[in-house]
Amino acid sequence: MKKIESIIRPHLLDAVKTALQDVGVVGMTVSEVKGFGRQKGHTETYRGSEYKVEFLPKVKIEVAIPDALLEQAIEVILKAGKTGKFGDGKVFVTSLEDVIRIRTGERGEAAL
Amino acid sequence: MRRKKKALFLSFGLGVVLALGVTGLRSITHAQESPAAEASAATPEAAPAATAAPAEPVPDPTGENTGTAADVPVKDAANPTLPEVMATVGHNKIAINIVWTLFCGFLVMFMQAGFAMVETGFTRAKNAAHTMSMNFMVYPIGLLGYWICGFAFQMGGASPLATLGGTGVLNSEFSITLFGKAFDLFGTKGFFLGPDVYDVGVFTMFLFQMVFMDTTVTIPTGAMAERWKWSSFLVYGFFMSMFIYPIFGNWVWGGGWLADLGANFGLGHGHVDFAGSSVVHMVGGVAALAGAIVLGPRLGKYTKDGKPVAIPGHHIPMAIVGTFILAFGWFGFNPGSTLSGGDLRIAVVATNTMLASAGGAMAAMVYMMLRFGKPDPSMMANGMLAGLVAITAPCAFVTAPVAVLIGVISGILVCLSVFFIEGKLKIDDPVGAISVHGVNGAWGVLSLGLFADGKYGDGWNGVPGRVTGLFYGDGKQFLAECIGTITCFVFVFVSFYLFFKVLDAIIGNRVSAEAEMNGLDGPEMGAHGYPEFAPAAGAGGPFPEGVTAPTP
Repeated sequence: MKKIESIIRPHLLDAVKTALQDVGVVGMTVSEVKGFGRQKGHTETYRGSEYKVEFLPKVKIEVAIPDALLEQAIEVILKAGKTGKFGDGKVFVTSLEDVIRIRTGERGEAAL
Repeated sequence: MRRKKKALFLSFGLGVVLALGVTGLRSITHAQESPAAEASAATPEAAPAATAAPAEPVPDPTGENTGTAADVPVKDAANPTLPEVMATVGHNKIAINIVWTLFCGFLVMFMQAGFAMVETGFTRAKNAAHTMSMNFMVYPIGLLGYWICGFAFQMGGASPLATLGGTGVLNSEFSITLFGKAFDLFGTKGFFLGPDVYDVGVFTMFLFQMVFMDTTVTIPTGAMAERWKWSSFLVYGFFMSMFIYPIFGNWVWGGGWLADLGANFGLGHGHVDFAGSSVVHMVGGVAALAGAIVLGPRLGKYTKDGKPVAIPGHHIPMAIVGTFILAFGWFGFNPGSTLSGGDLRIAVVATNTMLASAGGAMAAMVYMMLRFGKPDPSMMANGMLAGLVAITAPCAFVTAPVAVLIGVISGILVCLSVFFIEGKLKIDDPVGAISVHGVNGAWGVLSLGLFADGKYGDGWNGVPGRVTGLFYGDGKQFLAECIGTITCFVFVFVSFYLFFKVLDAIIGNRVSAEAEMNGLDGPEMGAHGYPEFAPAAGAGGPFPEGVTAPTP
């Protein structure tokens, strides 16, 4: 089992969510996050003074999936979450030791 | 049983009303009947019921027949006398003026809402309850202070209020003699609106002047926002409404020495300020300047090497709506200052006011776009307000193209002034109050001295002839405006600088650094503007590199 954490542009959340559902991902956790990458945010002007927006708003999508779905899921995230400009975000993949459904106590892939 | 009784009672009541109504109508028709008709009615053939059937009253949808000779109170309807008719005409004339002045005063009162929204929108969410509360409490504080003694100091010697009835009870002014001329300094009648001024004209004047004064009191709350201690603000509110505003107001509008510069020294019509570019806006803007200097900039406003850091306001839509409310209220502010609904110059005043506001907003937007690439909504709003402030003095005296020009200049002026005050003088003014009201208030009265076209203001401040500016041939009028502007700056700045310094030593003007970082809502007000979205302690403002938050 794998866990995919994708940091994406907020306005692409709907597209990425739909794409993941279409390949069979049944659940996900979404949070509003802020952060920066290599560009270190950007500067804006307000009333003639510059100010730095260091932490840009992003959306984090977390999904837990069976190994078999991994490549397909990554593929659709890259496709739906891409604009080609700086700030598209990143995808982190980690192995999951175990998954437990709280209601039934089921474990492993049965709990996904 | 009970219900039946009630129905019986009702029908009885209805019967009485109908009977009364019929008798009433009968007597009216009777009065209008000619003697011949009366005679025929008296003949026994005509049944009383037939003659009593009156014509149904006819509604008057167009209003053409509403308000007739029958509405003029005369002793003998058949022979109205000229004095009787004249009395009604005079009463109506003053009534129109009083209704007009009161109505415009109501519009100006609502500008408090505009100020509250502009200032709160341009500041941070963590201070929303505090900024709103200051704008709210200036109304009761200012009102009471002005009622206690402010009005008496400002208008106590202003009589007669010719357009409002002219009973002339405000007739007591304190003055000193300088250069062989009387220098009127402040009024001394009308404290607490006591029995000696219990007069409809005076009460109208009080309401109208009070809302203007309150505009002044609320201006510094913007420049001093996000760091001003509540207790200091309270003392300030009374000081402004009871003393400083009324005294400068007396000098210009209460028959004081600046108004008399024309009559006493031949300087045009003296210092002319139609609706308060100097009396209202510049006084507020200069007080804001003194307050912001004494208070110092907000934490994090400047980097260690003195570079200004933007601290964006939390609610631009609120500020824009507030700007519109202010622009709407200005239709009371300027046209109402005729104190006369019968003075049809109000058409010119109102139109010039809107033209200048458009000029100001457009110029500020274009300037920001050319310089920074984007229009900046907060500067567009400041630009519109700058145009309104600037046209407030000259609105009754200039042509339409000049009104637009005054607005355009004010829109650029407000941008330059914001950058200069923030970047060069290092004075932190979160909402641009000093630039909008102070700088453009001065520009407003000076522009009057330059562009007054000599078409209006005959007999202004007791000087025959019409108000004429430098470009239309009267350089002395411009000189009078300059004297008024300099006096305003020196008097208000010195007064408030000393006042805030003294207050600082006694109770302190500024909240603790900890309170400022957490936001003033909790520590100062005991309630959050947005409790559901309260930022975490210590958060809420950008602290750029090189800015260290002082440890409390």
